[in-house]
Amino acid sequence: MTGTTIEQALAGLAGEAPDGLEDKVFTGWLSTPSRLGEVFVAFTTDGVQFVRSAESVGSDPDAFAQAYRDRFGRPLRPAGRGPAGLAPALTGRTGGPRLDLRGLSDFEHDVLDATRRIPSGQVRPYSWVAREAGRAKAVRAVGSVLARNPVPLLIPCHRVVRSDGALGEYMFGPEHKQALLREEDLDLDRLAGLTDRGVHYLGSDTTGVVCFPTCHHARRITDAHRRPFARVEKALAEGYRPCRDCRPAVPA
Amino acid sequence: MSGIVDDVGQRADEAESRLRAHLVSDLDGGFAALVREHRGVVYSVARQFSRDRSDAEDLAADAFLRAYRALRGYDAGRLETLRLRPWLLAILRNTARNAARDRARRPAPPPAFETADEPAGGASVEQRAESADVQRELGALLAQLPEVQRTAVVLRHVVGLGTAEVAEVLGCPEGTAKSHVSRGLRRLRPLVENRPGLREEGRNR
Repeated sequence: MTGTTIEQALAGLAGEAPDGLEDKVFTGWLSTPSRLGEVFVAFTTDGVQFVRSAESVGSDPDAFAQAYRDRFGRPLRPAGRGPAGLAPALTGRTGGPRLDLRGLSDFEHDVLDATRRIPSGQVRPYSWVAREAGRAKAVRAVGSVLARNPVPLLIPCHRVVRSDGALGEYMFGPEHKQALLREEDLDLDRLAGLTDRGVHYLGSDTTGVVCFPTCHHARRITDAHRRPFARVEKALAEGYRPCRDCRPAVPA
Repeated sequence: MSGIVDDVGQRADEAESRLRAHLVSDLDGGFAALVREHRGVVYSVARQFSRDRSDAEDLAADAFLRAYRALRGYDAGRLETLRLRPWLLAILRNTARNAARDRARRPAPPPAFETADEPAGGASVEQRAESADVQRELGALLAQLPEVQRTAVVLRHVVGLGTAEVAEVLGCPEGTAKSHVSRGLRRLRPLVENRPGLREEGRNR
């Protein structure tokens, strides 16, 4: 009699799996317009995990899926709708959906965090990202991390350029990097003009602040008060304070 | 064995071989079908190895992801001979043991208050409350069993696997699996008999 009791009671412990289970196992994917043309996007319940332009995978969803699986080892299924904020972030410059950056190293996290803070229409050198990520000497490693950026556009790796002022490489080709920056109203010709003269920093002799040339504070300096610098150390030696927004040097 | 049981067994075999063929032709699509087919069993077992439903969902999801990663490395020959359900449950068991080992290394936060799972069917409020108490108590009793006995009892009596399949999951001979089940039940019985709530539940049925 008691045996039956236990067995019946045990059978009563079986239950239905919650609906959320499959969302935790499968990554959703969709194709959507962006500033890079059509892109494929993969996202989990935690946020966007992977973005690649259709062009970069030969417009082949299977090639995108293969690249995703090789990198993340998770199954994909088509999704009707992306996470909130995805479309405006891909087509515009503002806002952003949540990101799922699990599985990245601490250094990768730090590099992507620093890159994420670069405002639209501005650029920073790889060496700046390295310093902001806490490893000033790891400039080449920053380049490697950004070349594998899982979520381009959402983390704007196109805003990271070479320290000599050249725009440098981009995972989808340098021509796209140029086009994206122009679209953000960055005056590339003016920037190239400064670079050609060896100017990498601009100071204002009224405020005593030194900035990267694309910083919005630097853009407001009038011609009469603009002081060009090749090296930030020179500006600091002359008593300039590094801008708190673009941080060309760590404030003393 | 009756004809009906054979029919049921045969249908299950056919479903399994359809799933295997699906996995060979389209891994992600086949995997979606596999999850749909086995999510209830995997979750029900995971539930008995977890503190609460949210942990159980995480454990089940983790086990499915491990299974997926393993499947990616299997060739068609391996896939076609794979017995999916016991294979999945063996992965779940390993995942649960690893999670328990990790938990033992760092102290867990105090358990959150939670209600028991909704029993199927339209039960009265009283029945539901009683059934919830029974579930909680029995879950706590199961947790006191040695891992292998608990696993054996859960596989045999919570999700109703045959002893051959239980043995396959545990990776032991069928006789050993049988003795794990009966030893587990033997240890549960006195515990159950000391709980009036559970005895009454049995009498009411």
